[in-house]
Amino acid sequence: MLFEQIARNKRRTIYVLTGFVILVLAIGAAIGYVFFDSYIAGLVLALVFAGVYAAIMIGNSTNIVMAMNHGHEITKAEQAPELWHIVEDMALVARVPMPRVFIIDDPSPNAFATGNNPQHAAVAATSGILERLNREELEGVMGHEMTHVRNYDIRLQTIALALAAAITGMVNLAGNFFWWGGGSRRRSSDSEGGNILQIVMLIVSILLVILGPIAATMAQMALSRNREYLADAGSVELTRNPQGLISALQKISTSEPMKEADPSSAALYISDPMKKKKSLTHLFDTHPPMEERIERLRKM
Amino acid sequence: MIAGIIIAVVVVILIIAYVSAYNGLIKGRTYVQESWSQIDVQLKRRNDLIPNLIETVKGYSHYEQSTLEKVVGLRNQLVNSSGEDHQKTMAVSDQLSNSLKSIFAVAEAYPDLKADQEYTKLMEELTNTENKIAYSRQLYNSSVASFNLKIQSFPSNIVASIHHFKISEYLQVPEEEKAAPKVSFDK
Repeated sequence: MLFEQIARNKRRTIYVLTGFVILVLAIGAAIGYVFFDSYIAGLVLALVFAGVYAAIMIGNSTNIVMAMNHGHEITKAEQAPELWHIVEDMALVARVPMPRVFIIDDPSPNAFATGNNPQHAAVAATSGILERLNREELEGVMGHEMTHVRNYDIRLQTIALALAAAITGMVNLAGNFFWWGGGSRRRSSDSEGGNILQIVMLIVSILLVILGPIAATMAQMALSRNREYLADAGSVELTRNPQGLISALQKISTSEPMKEADPSSAALYISDPMKKKKSLTHLFDTHPPMEERIERLRKM
Repeated sequence: MIAGIIIAVVVVILIIAYVSAYNGLIKGRTYVQESWSQIDVQLKRRNDLIPNLIETVKGYSHYEQSTLEKVVGLRNQLVNSSGEDHQKTMAVSDQLSNSLKSIFAVAEAYPDLKADQEYTKLMEELTNTENKIAYSRQLYNSSVASFNLKIQSFPSNIVASIHHFKISEYLQVPEEEKAAPKVSFDK
C-alpha cells in the first residue's frame, strides 16, 4: 500500500511536470509569435524561463512555501519543546530524517508539510495549534504530516503548488497586457498592423485567462483527496492512537479560518485553512469532508 | 554452446538472488540493532535526568521517601545492568516509568512545584524521553517483525540458515499501553 502510494506519487509528479512544461511552451510560442514573429524564439524563451523557474522551485521550495505562509524556522528544541520533541518522535518511528520545523504566528490551529523528499522536508505548525491541542492530539497531527513526508506527497503537492502559483502569475500578467494593450489601441487606432497585433494579444490574453483555471483544476485533481485519508491512516499507524487525531481534527474543524495562510497553499494544510463553504459536489474541494475523515478514523 | 550460455545465465541469476537475500538479511539485522540502540540512548538519557528530578522535588517534603527511593533504586539497577538481556532491561524500565508517573501525579497537588521553571523543563524532558522509549520500542518490534519475516520466508530462509541468522524476540509491551486509548478533550 505504502510503496504503491510512493510509486503513484512519483509517476504523478512526472505527469504534472510534463503538463506544466507543455503549458509553458504553448504560452511561450504564443508570446513569441506575437512579439518576435517567431515561434522558435518564444519556445527558447519559455524553456529558459521554465528551467530557471523549476531550478529555483526545486532548490528552494521549502523556503518559498514557508515565506508565502509566513512561517519562521525554529532550530532548537528550547524554542518549542513539545512540538520539537513530537516531530522528533514521529521522524524516529517513521524512519525518516528530522525535518526542519517552522511556526506560523496565527491563532487558528493548522499544520502542513512541504519539501522535495524525506531528506529535505519541513513541517509547519501554527501557534494556535500549539496552544489548543494537547500532546496526544499534536502527535496525531504531526504523524499525519510525517506520513505525507514519507509518502512523497510533499513533492507532488509542492510542485502542483508552484504550478498553480506560476499560472496565477501568468493570468495576472495577461490581465495587465489587456489593459495596457487597450490603452495603446486608442492611441494608434489608424494603424492597421497595430490592430492585428492587439487582436492577437487580446486573444492570447483571453486564452491565458481561460487556461489558468483549467491548469489549476488539473493541479487539484493531481492532489487527490484520497491522500488525506491515507495520511490519516498513516498517522494512526505511527501513533497507534486514533483518538488523538480524531479530537485534533474536531478542534481544527470547529475553529476560525487562518489569516496568514497563502490561498494557493491551501491543499498542503491538514485541514482547509480558508474554511470556505463546501460545494455541493465536492468536485473542487481541496480536502475531503471532515465528518468522513473522522468516521473512517473511528472505524480503525 | 547455447546450453553453456543458459547455465551461465542461471548461475548469475542465482548469485544475484543470493547476494540480495543476504544483503536484505543484513539490513534487517542492522535495523533491529539500530532500533535497540535508540532505546538504549533514551534509557541512558532518562538515567541522567532522574538525579535532577529527585533534587528538584526533594524540597517539597510531602513526597513519600519510599517513592523517591524506589525511583533511585530502579535507576541504579538500570545503570549497573549490562543491558545484554533486552527483556529484563525493559521490564525494569517499565517499573521505573510507573514510579515516575506516580511522582508526576503527586506533583499535581503542589501548585508551587508545578510553577517551578526547573520542574516544568524536567517534566517535558522526561515526558519526551518516556515517549521516545515507547516509540523506539514500537520501531524495534516492527523491525523485528520484518527481519523475522525475511528469515522465515522463501528464498531468504535458505540464505538465513546457511549464515545462521536467528529470529529476534519481540519486546513485551506493558499492559496499559495495549489497552484502548482514553478519550481526552481537555486543555
